[in-house]
Amino acid sequence: MPKKQLQTIPWWRRAKNFAAIGSIGLATVIVILPLVLILGTVLYKGIGSLDWNLFTQIPKPAGELGGGMANGIAGSVMILMIASIIGIPLGIGSGVFLAEYGRNIYGNIVRFTADVLNGVPSIVIGLTAYALVVVVQGHFSLLAGGIALGIMMIPTVSRTTEEVLLMVPQTIREAALGLGIPHWRTTLSVVLPSARSGIITSIMLAFARIAGETAPLMFTAFGNQFWSTKLNQPTAALPLQIFTYAVSGFEDQRRQAWAGAFVLIVMIVGTVLIVRFITSRGALKGAN
Amino acid sequence: MGALSQAPSSQDAPSKLAVVGQGKYGSESLFADAAFRSLVTACAIALLTVVGLIVFELVTQSRLSLQKFGFSFFTKSIWDPVQENFGALPSIYGTLVSSFLALLIAVPLSLGTALFITELCPKSLKGILSVSVEMLAAIPSVIYGLWGIFVLAPFLRLHVQPLLARYLGPEGHVTNFFIGLGIPAKYLIWSGLFAGPRYGIGMLAAGIILAIMILPIIASITREVILAVPRQQREAALALGATRWEMLSMAVLRNARAGILGAIILGLGRAMGETMAVTMLIGNRPEISRSLFAPGYTLSSVIANEFSEANGTYLSALIEMALVLFVLTLIVNALAGLLVWSITRGTPSRAHA
Amino acid sequence: MEVDIGIQVQDLNAWFGNTQALHGINLQIPAKQTTAIIGPSGCGKSTFVRCLNRMHETLPQARVTGHVQISDLDVYGRGVSPVWIRRRVGMVFQKPNPFPTMNIYDNVAAGLKLNGLGSRRQMDEVVEKSLRSAALWDEVKDILKKKSGASLSGGQQQRLCIARALAVEPDVLLMDEPASALDPISTSKIEDLIFELKARYTVVIVTHNMQQAARVAEFTAFFLMGNLVEFDKTETMFTKPSDKRTEDYITGRFG
Repeated sequence: MPKKQLQTIPWWRRAKNFAAIGSIGLATVIVILPLVLILGTVLYKGIGSLDWNLFTQIPKPAGELGGGMANGIAGSVMILMIASIIGIPLGIGSGVFLAEYGRNIYGNIVRFTADVLNGVPSIVIGLTAYALVVVVQGHFSLLAGGIALGIMMIPTVSRTTEEVLLMVPQTIREAALGLGIPHWRTTLSVVLPSARSGIITSIMLAFARIAGETAPLMFTAFGNQFWSTKLNQPTAALPLQIFTYAVSGFEDQRRQAWAGAFVLIVMIVGTVLIVRFITSRGALKGAN
Repeated sequence: MGALSQAPSSQDAPSKLAVVGQGKYGSESLFADAAFRSLVTACAIALLTVVGLIVFELVTQSRLSLQKFGFSFFTKSIWDPVQENFGALPSIYGTLVSSFLALLIAVPLSLGTALFITELCPKSLKGILSVSVEMLAAIPSVIYGLWGIFVLAPFLRLHVQPLLARYLGPEGHVTNFFIGLGIPAKYLIWSGLFAGPRYGIGMLAAGIILAIMILPIIASITREVILAVPRQQREAALALGATRWEMLSMAVLRNARAGILGAIILGLGRAMGETMAVTMLIGNRPEISRSLFAPGYTLSSVIANEFSEANGTYLSALIEMALVLFVLTLIVNALAGLLVWSITRGTPSRAHA
Repeated sequence: MEVDIGIQVQDLNAWFGNTQALHGINLQIPAKQTTAIIGPSGCGKSTFVRCLNRMHETLPQARVTGHVQISDLDVYGRGVSPVWIRRRVGMVFQKPNPFPTMNIYDNVAAGLKLNGLGSRRQMDEVVEKSLRSAALWDEVKDILKKKSGASLSGGQQQRLCIARALAVEPDVLLMDEPASALDPISTSKIEDLIFELKARYTVVIVTHNMQQAARVAEFTAFFLMGNLVEFDKTETMFTKPSDKRTEDYITGRFG
């Protein structure tokens, strides 16, 4: 190999390097671009359309100006509450199972199933909730909506709970057991609390994820033009309302869709940023 | 002597109690332990039950349709609610085409971003960039759809599609150039992709919006597998005199390739299951067309759109499509999970800066 | 005694962030000989060697000042590319790091492929030559393309890494504790190898094992807390060290 002739790296290697690094940088810019555009548009159009009506009035009949999404916002809150009642306990429970009793084949089956559930399209889960609740009850309902979204929460909460529990050092458990504290008490009063912030952030992230879900609600809560907060009636939800208005033929309703989108984005992005802030401050560090 | 000969009262009881049975929890702890264990096991079983129910319901509710149409369901293109005659082919086609188009766009971009954030990025930018990617993942589907209808689609209709048609369409400059060389039109396969009326919405719009939506998931998992490549591998390449890019391609990307493939497949799964944004942008016409400008249909859109009017066989057909979607995403996700696991060895995935 | 100077180091300083790891090192390493760098942990020997092929600066917040000359190369000269330096100065690391996704042949040829060198036949020749120089040819000649680099034993992997480094025909070979992760038998094979290599390459080997230095190196440099304490022929340093600190280290009073 005539090395003495090569005084520097050949131009084509340098060019390849430059082109590759350049493309990588460019790719990153192209990725950030939609984020800026989308958030920017929602903020711009949303703020412009925002008024108190959105939070205080229910939708007006088609064609009429004005009205708001108050019932949608309230409905979403209720649905999310029901979803949390279902999703959080089941999620934490299976997470505890996987961490403390699941280092075996049964645990692997559950883990695999949780991943499967995580990957099921939300519309399919909505259909299942339809078949299980709506058909049985004979009508659309807030309950069905909550069940659908609650199911979606379970895998996220479960996997993260397992993760953070496993991060708690074994010495902590041994110290507690050595003091004569029974296993169940150790898990409940010693291990779980030290993993508390991780579990909370996972709940918040799961929450942010389902808060924006529309498809499952189409077959369960179904939406409602009027106020409804009863468990057994169809309920309006913010994402559903945004969808209905977005595809509507009426200018005013489309304007309101942007306003509703603004509210939804603020809720969700706000949650994600708070979670990010908490974890970056190291509050996620398990037991010391 | 006396103390030794005094056997502990728990000598007759199971040995567990001998260890745990002192102190105030006494022998109840055994029961409590079992109760606690049963409780959490019940939660895990509930998870299994839910998935079981999903499969059960999908299969039973689609039985009507399965019986009536059989295998031809997947090969027919007809969609006639009045005559109760359904074929899923256009929807399957639409789901696959839109998802793969999304992959085509998203993969180079997300790989580039993942590489940039992990390897090339100045420390100060790292946090902002990874938060931005997370943010993209957090935006709900319906808002993507909203933006798509009012910003992306007009942009495509007014600027991008005319440009594409002008150069690559059936009468485009590039196409004409090759025709001028004597090559028959049927070999110029790209021209069919950019033909037809330009509505803005359609397969192209759906593909682009899906691409944006799956970018974060591919990027964050790619980040994880890249970080899992040990430092010594990078050093080995550098010590041989590799440039930055050569080091990345030889030592990093190559080592992580199974995981990256897994990330891509995971993105595919996500794209296939996406509903709202696609429904709002694909045009909702159950037809198969060559052109990317044309409207189409996907499995999830057809369910979302037509569900409210459906009953009987109609409903059953829709649920059968949900079953198809479920099976597709199941296979894709299982495959991806295997690939990613083989790289990160089961360390759970969570992307942070 | 007339010895050609292989590597000339003048006033070399190195930092990790605000911590200074090397203080004004001045050293002339003879060409085509083996020089051992010894010293207790944390004395800067690895850092020193990594400054010779500009690997130190790949760490975040690392800084280097000073002058290093390797035959005709001004290592830290203006406009000199580190990539080029690393092609001329090879390195073998403490823990063997073959590329796991490549087979044995491709591992050895990795450096060659980067430079777009030659025909298949040329590459075959170089691969065989390098594997012979690394005393690995006989063991792997039948499985060159069938087995991955990572499937070999620890000692074989390290010899593979040596072959890989030699394939690009560097002027200098740097070895950072190459045998410390290996069993005694592999270690002695590597030491035999180093003994043969010095006829063609300038070898600098970092080691925490003084007996190893005595076995393989003609010259030894003793580092302590980022300073070069003493540099001499190995024989002299171990029998009549000039500096008391050297004597204390060698006789085991510390380190």
